[in-house]
This record gives sequence, C-alpha cells and structure tokens, in this order.
Amino acid sequence: MLPIKSKWFALLGALSALGATAASAQMLINGAGATFPFPIYSKWFNEYAKVDPSVRFNYQSIGSGGGQKQILSETVDFGASDGPMSDDNLAKAPRTLWHFPTVAGADVITYNIPGDLKLRIDGPTIAGIFLGKIVKWNDPAIASQNPDVKLPDADIVVVHRSDGSGTTYIFTDYLSHVSPDWKDKVGKGTSVSWPTGIGGKGNEGVSGQVKQVPGTIGYIELAYAKQNKLPYADVKNSSGNYITPTIDSVTEALATADIPDDFRFSMVNPPGAQAYPISGTTWLLVYAEQKDHAKGEKLVQFLKWAYSDGEKLAPGLDYAPLPDALIKRALEKVQSIKY
Amino acid sequence: MSTAPTTTYVMPAPGSRGPDIAFKWVAVFAAAMIVVLIVMVGWELYYGSRLAIAKYGAGFLWSSEWDPVLEKFGALPFIFGTLVSSLISLLIAVPLGVATALFLTELAPLKVRQPIIIAIEMLAAVPSVIFGLWGMFVLIPWLRDSLFVWLKKSLGFLPLFQGPIYGVSMLAAGIIIAIMILPIVTSISREILRSVPNLQREAAYALGATRWEVLKIAVLSYARRGLFGAAVLGLGRALGETMAVTMVIGNRPQISASLFAPGYTLASVVANEFTEATTDLYQSALFEIGLVLFAVAILVNAAAQLMLKSMTGSGPIKVN
Repeated sequence: MLPIKSKWFALLGALSALGATAASAQMLINGAGATFPFPIYSKWFNEYAKVDPSVRFNYQSIGSGGGQKQILSETVDFGASDGPMSDDNLAKAPRTLWHFPTVAGADVITYNIPGDLKLRIDGPTIAGIFLGKIVKWNDPAIASQNPDVKLPDADIVVVHRSDGSGTTYIFTDYLSHVSPDWKDKVGKGTSVSWPTGIGGKGNEGVSGQVKQVPGTIGYIELAYAKQNKLPYADVKNSSGNYITPTIDSVTEALATADIPDDFRFSMVNPPGAQAYPISGTTWLLVYAEQKDHAKGEKLVQFLKWAYSDGEKLAPGLDYAPLPDALIKRALEKVQSIKY
Repeated sequence: MSTAPTTTYVMPAPGSRGPDIAFKWVAVFAAAMIVVLIVMVGWELYYGSRLAIAKYGAGFLWSSEWDPVLEKFGALPFIFGTLVSSLISLLIAVPLGVATALFLTELAPLKVRQPIIIAIEMLAAVPSVIFGLWGMFVLIPWLRDSLFVWLKKSLGFLPLFQGPIYGVSMLAAGIIIAIMILPIVTSISREILRSVPNLQREAAYALGATRWEVLKIAVLSYARRGLFGAAVLGLGRALGETMAVTMVIGNRPQISASLFAPGYTLASVVANEFTEATTDLYQSALFEIGLVLFAVAILVNAAAQLMLKSMTGSGPIKVN
C-alpha cells in the first residue's frame, strides 16, 4: 500500500495531466466589450462550438469602454463596442484595428400614459421633451401629431439611463441630428449631462421607472421592449413617415445609411422611406494583422460563419441582421485579415 | 517573616519558544497587511486620478457640473448626496437600533429575544442588490402614494418637503440605507448595552429611579461612547452603499433642498459610469470620485474619533 502522501500526489498528477490534455485539445479565444449584443454573441459562440469543437470562445460583457481598452492593450483577441471608436482612441492602437458591424438594434420610446394608446412622435418633439422644454403631455407639439388620442393634462417625467451605454449613444446621436439645440446644449455620448429627468440603471431601471410612475417617458432597446411587452411609439423618419420600430425597419435603416469603408458609421435618421430613425449597430474590433497564426485563422473562420449563418439567428433574438450588401462588404474585409 | 510576592522566571523548555515567536510574527504581519492595504488603496486611487487632479485642481470639489461629453467634471453634487443620504439613514437607524437593543437587553422576555435577534441577523444577510430591487418595486410605490404625500401635506411648509414627488428621491435612499445599517447598529448596541455592569443598574434602582430613569442614567450614559461607536460603524457602511442606493435615488447630479428630489452619490456614479468611461480623462475623473469617497470616509471617521475622545461613558463618571 502506498503511504497516504504519495497517494495524494499520484492523484494530483493524474488530474493535472487530464486537465492539461483537455486544455490543449481546445483553443480558447477571448473577447470582451459591449453589453447590447451579449445574447446574440452567446448564441453564436454556442452554435459555432457545434460547427468547430476545436475552438472555444469566451466573451465578457464588461461594457464598450472596457472592450475598447482591452483590445487596445491586447489583453483580449477581439473587442466589441456599441459605438465606433473615436479617432483619438483608434490612434492609440499599436497596429491597424478594424471595425466589423455585426447586428443592429433600435432604441424605442416607451411611455406610461393611461389608455392603451399608440403614440406618434417626431425627433424635434422628443428633443424638446428631453431638453425639458415640453413639459406637459397635452402640449400642442405632441397633440398635433396624435389627433385621435386623448392626451392627459399631466406633467411629463423624463427617464434616462444613469449608466453609460451604447443605447444612450444611439439616442443622443439621433437627437443631435434632429435638434441643433440638443447638439449645442448636450451633445452625444455613452453618458451625457441630461438637462432633466431621473436616471435608471440599465434597461431594467428605465423600464421599471416607466412602468411604475404615471406620465413617464423613456428610451430602451427594442429587444428589451418586445420581450417585456412594453408600449412604444412610432417615430417620424426623415422621409416624413411614422415608422413602428421592427427588425425590418431597422435593417432598412442599415440598407439606406451611408457606410464608409472603415465601417465606422452612424445610422441614425437615414434617408430610407421605411427606415426606423433611431437605430444603431454594434461592432467587433479585430486587428488587421493577427499575431497568433492559429488563433487568427480560427477567428477569421468564425467571422465568416457569423456573416453567413450567424446573421440568420439574429431575428430570433430580436436583433436586426445586416443587409446583404453590407454583409458582402464585411466579408471582403474579413478575407483581408492577415494571420 | 513576610512573604513578599516574587515573580519567578521559569526557563522555557527547549524548542517551546518557536510557536510563540511564530505567532507573534503572524500577528504583526496581519496587522501590518491591513495598514499596507489601506495605503495601497489610497495610492492607487491617487495614481488613477492624477490626470483629473492636474486638470481640475481643487475646483473639482466644489464644481457642480458633470458633463462627460464636454469633459467637465465636478464632485459637489455627489458629496452632497453621499453625506445627506448617510445622515438621513443615521437619523432613522440609530434611534431605531438603540431602542431595539434596549428592548432586547432590558425589557424583552427571554422567549421573545432569540427570534428577534435571528430576524435582525437575517436582515443583515440580505444582499444589497435585493434591497435595491425591493426598494424599486415595493418601497418606492408605497412612498410615492402614501408616506411622501402625507409628509407633503403635513410638513409641506418646510423646504425639505416641497417639490414634485417622483418616488425615487434622496429620502428613499436614506430610508433604504437605514434598513441596511439597522442590523449592524442594533447588534453592536446590544453588545455594548450588555457590557454595562449590573451594578450600575442596581445602584440606580437603589437610589429610587424608575425603569426609564435607570435606563437613562445608568445604562445609556454609561454606554454612550460605545453606542456612538456603533453609529460610526453604521455610518461607515452607509457612506459606501452602492447598488441599493443607485436603484432608488434617481441618479440626478443636483443639489436640492427638497428631500423628494432625486440625487446622486459618490459610490453610485462610479458604479454607473465606470465601465463605459471611454476616455482617459473621464476614467481619471471617476477615480478622483473614488478618492474623494475614500477621503470622506476617513475624515468622517477621524471626526468621530475626535468626538469620541471628548465623550464620557463606558466607565464610571470620572470625578476629579
């Protein structure tokens, strides 16, 4: 019989050998960043593990800011961001860093007014409300767009995000486009100095406030609004049509937006007739030259799969897939990643 | 022949000093680690905030602007929010906690004590986030529809209780923090009150004091310093409370006289904005907020220690 000490060492040795073989069989590719696409990325990584079991993806949704920082310092293999990197940040990258749009989403305007009604609203009115200029629900600016609806003579309580987020970025980007007053006073960003209103943490915080306090108005993600069955408004786009936010109207916005070659674009208030104006994309941040040959190869294969099969999974999770023309352009760029 | 007390030194057996020395060094190491840890935390906070300190200087502490787009940052509304919400929570929790402790040590029948003690300890075990959720979905609606309306009606002449009622407010944050620090204040107060020697109480009874007079003269004044210490510990927790507060305070960086108005605390702004702080200056400003919170906690504790020194209690009244 082996003495007790040797038995334990033998067991430890056997376990570590097992662990080592298991680890060496699978490659691990790490990514971090945006919270908005976390559900669809998780699904992609899950499905892709069935396609190619030799590689495992690990994604941490620490926020776009964190994602940008991590990919700049190369502690992860790819980053993810809900807003495109600023020129300053991009200049900090050690090598060429490319943006790849993956899926798109929309910000919807949710509200709490008595009566089961569908609100119609346009950009300048939303800006007026969030600037604190329009303070009552039955203000002529709102009432004129909703002639068949009886709006209450109540104060509007504005609810915005207290945490920094891509959702806020898209919303403030849109308001900056449709309201020079907003652009001047507030501007756009993942966090801004809100002229009025209370802040809720996360989509849950905002929708919680809106559900409970009568007379509130707020902005949340389309996917969130649909899954929690919250009421949302039709917004007037630049062609003059009131569009209901749906996956199709978001894809339409992408199709008509002006997209430069580096894929860093804003798609709010696009020209399309059926486009929903408050939409935005999320990006993957990948280096044009991959340092690790094996990892680079696996990453490129995943991106190709994502753009062909992955996009088909998007509508199931309430994300808008990219239009075909954009997918083609993105795939061309994926081909030129060197590893 | 007088037997003077002598201390005889007994030579330790060979090899038996080892554990003594080892224990001494382990204890010294543990104590030193705590000091080192605090110094390191302070240093890291300072190091991370040097960009913001260089840019804003001392004006950071009394500027009320918080604009991430224009990169203008100021900590005053957050300092105000942290101090006011903590103060409100102390005003609610300390009387409640001390009264509960008095009840448990002096007045409650033995059978009732144990269940109440268990209930209070369970309150301490509830995570902060759960309190936040409960606050958002249960407390806030009740406050908005009942308590705040009543306060506004009866005390509305005070600027403290004026203005629109949203539910999320400084007062709501103070109430939630009070519930969270209640267990710690109660448990420590209970220990302090239990340590008051029975002789004190007996002496007071012997002098003809009534029940309440005994508690006031013999117990509470004896235990004053300890109870103050319990309040300080509660305050320490109150200053740092993050998740529950951010869900009920409204997250609006403003200074308002009304308790119904939304506010913002130092800990909440860091929790909310740190992950998405994309520029170095923004991140540095948030580090500086953390440094300010650290400094506020230290200053408050230092002030409390000074007050403690000039306090009587936890000992017979000194006669000089």
